[in-house]
Amino acid sequence: MYLEIPRKFGAIVHQAQQVARSVFRPISRKYDLAEHAYPQELDMFAAIMDGMNDGAADGGAGAGKLARSGGKPSEGNVNGTNMKTVLGLTELCWGDVGLALSIPRQGLGNSAIAAVASEAQLARLGNTWAAMAITEPGAGSDSAAIRTTATLDGDHYVINGEKIYVTAGERANAVVVWATLDRSKGRAAIKSFVVEKGTPGMAVVRLEKKLGIRASDTAAIRFDNCRVPKENLLGDPEISVDKGFAGAMQTFDNTRPVVAGMAIGLARAALEKTRELLAPVGLEPDYQLQTWQQPAVIRELQLLEAELEAARLLTLRAAWMADNGQPNSKEASMAKAKAGRVGNAITLRCVELCGSLGYGETELLEKWARDSKILDIFEGTQQIQLLIIARRLLGKSSSELK
Amino acid sequence: MTRDPIGLALSLMNRVAGQAWLDRLGLRPVVEKTAYQGTRAGFRTLALAGREFRRVNEWLPKQRLPAKAPADLFNLTLDEDQQMIVDSLHRFARDTLRPAAAAADEAATIPAGLFAAAAELGLTLYAVPEAFGGVAETASPVTSVLIAEQLAWGDMGLASALLAPFSVAQAITRWGSGEQQSRYLPAFCEESPPLATIAIDEPTPLFDPLKPATSATVTGSGYCLNGFKSGVVLGAESDLILVAAELHGRPRLFLVETAGTDGIRVKPDPAMGLRAAKLARLEFKDLRLPADALLGGDDFDYQAMLDLGTLLRCGLAIGSAQAVLDYVIPYCNEREAFGEPISHRQSVAFMISDLAIETDSMRLLTWRAAARAETGQSFHREACLAHLLCSEKAVAAGSHGVQLLGGHGFVREHPVERWYRDLRSVATLYGGVHA
Ligand SMILES: Cc1cc2nc3c(=O)[nH]c(=O)nc-3n(C[C@H](O)[C@H](O)[C@H](O)COP(=O)(O)OP(=O)(O)OC[C@H]3O[C@@H](n4cnc5c(N)ncnc54)[C@H](O)[C@@H]3O)c2cc1C
Repeated sequence: MYLEIPRKFGAIVHQAQQVARSVFRPISRKYDLAEHAYPQELDMFAAIMDGMNDGAADGGAGAGKLARSGGKPSEGNVNGTNMKTVLGLTELCWGDVGLALSIPRQGLGNSAIAAVASEAQLARLGNTWAAMAITEPGAGSDSAAIRTTATLDGDHYVINGEKIYVTAGERANAVVVWATLDRSKGRAAIKSFVVEKGTPGMAVVRLEKKLGIRASDTAAIRFDNCRVPKENLLGDPEISVDKGFAGAMQTFDNTRPVVAGMAIGLARAALEKTRELLAPVGLEPDYQLQTWQQPAVIRELQLLEAELEAARLLTLRAAWMADNGQPNSKEASMAKAKAGRVGNAITLRCVELCGSLGYGETELLEKWARDSKILDIFEGTQQIQLLIIARRLLGKSSSELK
Repeated sequence: MTRDPIGLALSLMNRVAGQAWLDRLGLRPVVEKTAYQGTRAGFRTLALAGREFRRVNEWLPKQRLPAKAPADLFNLTLDEDQQMIVDSLHRFARDTLRPAAAAADEAATIPAGLFAAAAELGLTLYAVPEAFGGVAETASPVTSVLIAEQLAWGDMGLASALLAPFSVAQAITRWGSGEQQSRYLPAFCEESPPLATIAIDEPTPLFDPLKPATSATVTGSGYCLNGFKSGVVLGAESDLILVAAELHGRPRLFLVETAGTDGIRVKPDPAMGLRAAKLARLEFKDLRLPADALLGGDDFDYQAMLDLGTLLRCGLAIGSAQAVLDYVIPYCNEREAFGEPISHRQSVAFMISDLAIETDSMRLLTWRAAARAETGQSFHREACLAHLLCSEKAVAAGSHGVQLLGGHGFVREHPVERWYRDLRSVATLYGGVHA
């Protein structure tokens, strides 16, 4: 048993930290204020990131590498792509969550493609920047209730419907769209389709103005008789009982720890900044067993740090399990639930502890407290994670425990 | 890691059927009705026909167990020996501790034969280096935490009693001089090891273990001890007590043998929970101690001693919280209200999810701190974080447990009310433990 981050990941953590510090932080406030402006600074950085991943001997890290590693039982103990991606994203989000979500070719759609694409599709689509479009105005948490349809017409599928809240939906080169082949057949008929930018019939109709992560574009996209080649359906085109949908849902087992990692990076930033602001006042962290004799703020910081550390270790566990081919649905949701809520609570508390300094725009604390909320919502809300965990623990189906 | 004698002892135990084990050791939940009316009884002189520890003339040089080498990779897998210890102790907890727990709590006593069972398990051997008759080759706080988790899953009160002598052996191994180790450690490897405990807590609000009011002054022949200790596990039963006291303005530990000493008075100090651990108050009044009663020398580190204790305390918390979780799952699936199992309601189900999340949070924080300690890395910060998290979450786990059973959780028919009481101790006691 050993719970330290392996030395071999020191380089990637260091690199990501440099990017967060030197690329993201200096432009963090700029793009928070200039919502919907494209952060050009990221293009150059994305090229570096591509180079890092392509050159990595152990398969690299990032959204497009995630899921492939899961599933196969490994020999011996592996610290692999999942852990590395979590660690990388944690550091990047220490810099800025919105910008991290805007890194070209690191979209959630890339994870979906990596998870279910055939070899041929991977060769064709693997290097694109793909956003993910599941959510609709009438269906969010209940993703099986989507209404967007895909109808086979010759060599093409014709897609009709409306998707909302598509992260990087405007900037990405493609969107992975969930649509149903036959609404009467339930979740088994839900398939994902890659729709490339510029395909006639697909239009970005709106960019949302948001509470936080304003550097990340969140698009509403309409599909009006949008024709995509048959080969763009990811995975198996047959409507088999639930298998395809379950497969798609499994992608979340790999992406949830990454989102948890994002919350951890962000919360760590807030804690570090709070300590930095408190130091000149003579309040420095002082780890004690009897905490009730300490100044309230010192005890609170120790507690927040403990909560953050718990979230971090739960997240590393989930990623480690994925790296080692162990089923990790429950643990991935535990990590996401814990990190989502403590990340949010920590950033909000740090604003409070720093008073008007925390609340004002001079520091980034108030921004982090706005950014953190989304991490407890997307990729499954807090409640959805608790539901998944409870169903696993109690052995309940979704019809029993709704 | 090679299989060591304790491993063998434990694997042997696997083959002993639970029932036979119970009978053989007299662990049936019939406990003598000893009076334990603590608060009414006053202090009495601690006059045990206790064990005498012989001074040895030719003592061995002091032994320090080496740290393990840090691993290259993050790894949550238990090694073969750890897994075997966990499996064996889980059976022991399930077949022996759990069935005896309710009666032990009720009568505030330890079932006859329990310490014999622990001795047979070789618990204390694991804390003692080979040179003194034990089996320990390296420092192993992780294994200690795993042991505490499993025992406390059975019952935290009984686990506390079993772990107090283990903890004393750990502390002497970790901090003792060669002379002290030679005098005390072999006894812990005998067929019936001594009872022993660590007395740190004092009857004062906001007690800080770094600042004991109990004090030691230097006399011509050694030391003179004055002060009070409270919540001392096995306080009236122990042959040997490690007592925290201030010496020259700094906290230290003193080895106090209880046989034939005057200057110690004791009375029961029954508490909200951990009743089977027979908590006691001790009063030291001009207790004369020899010069070699001061534990350790230059390498003694009081804070590290407390931190190692914390790890074991957290292990107790995790085990008990896990017991709550394992109990409420089947209960909430079986209990029906409004025409369906209560577990079909989210406000019930989500409480269970939270229990699971926080129990694993406690576990991972504690494991990390222990793994750092085991590999010779700094672990004070990690131990403090684990302690604070466990303090907060343990008490919540106890509360969730009772709430999930409703009125049935409030009555003694179910163990959750006991766990509620026991789990409150995590944030309140510092003594009796050392990993
Ligand atoms: C900035 C941003 C970026 C996003 N990016 C993407 C993206 O890239 N791709 C994408 O597809 N989606 C994306 N989303 C959508 C996001 O995943 C959904 O908003 C989220 O899953 C919740 O769905 P909803 O908003 O419809 O809320 P609802 O499902 O309407 O939920 C409302 C509330 O009810 C609770 N609730 C719902 N069902 C249950 C239940 N069974 N039990 C208990 N409580 C329940 C929820 O927890 C929540 O608190 C994004 C959203 C935002 C705001």
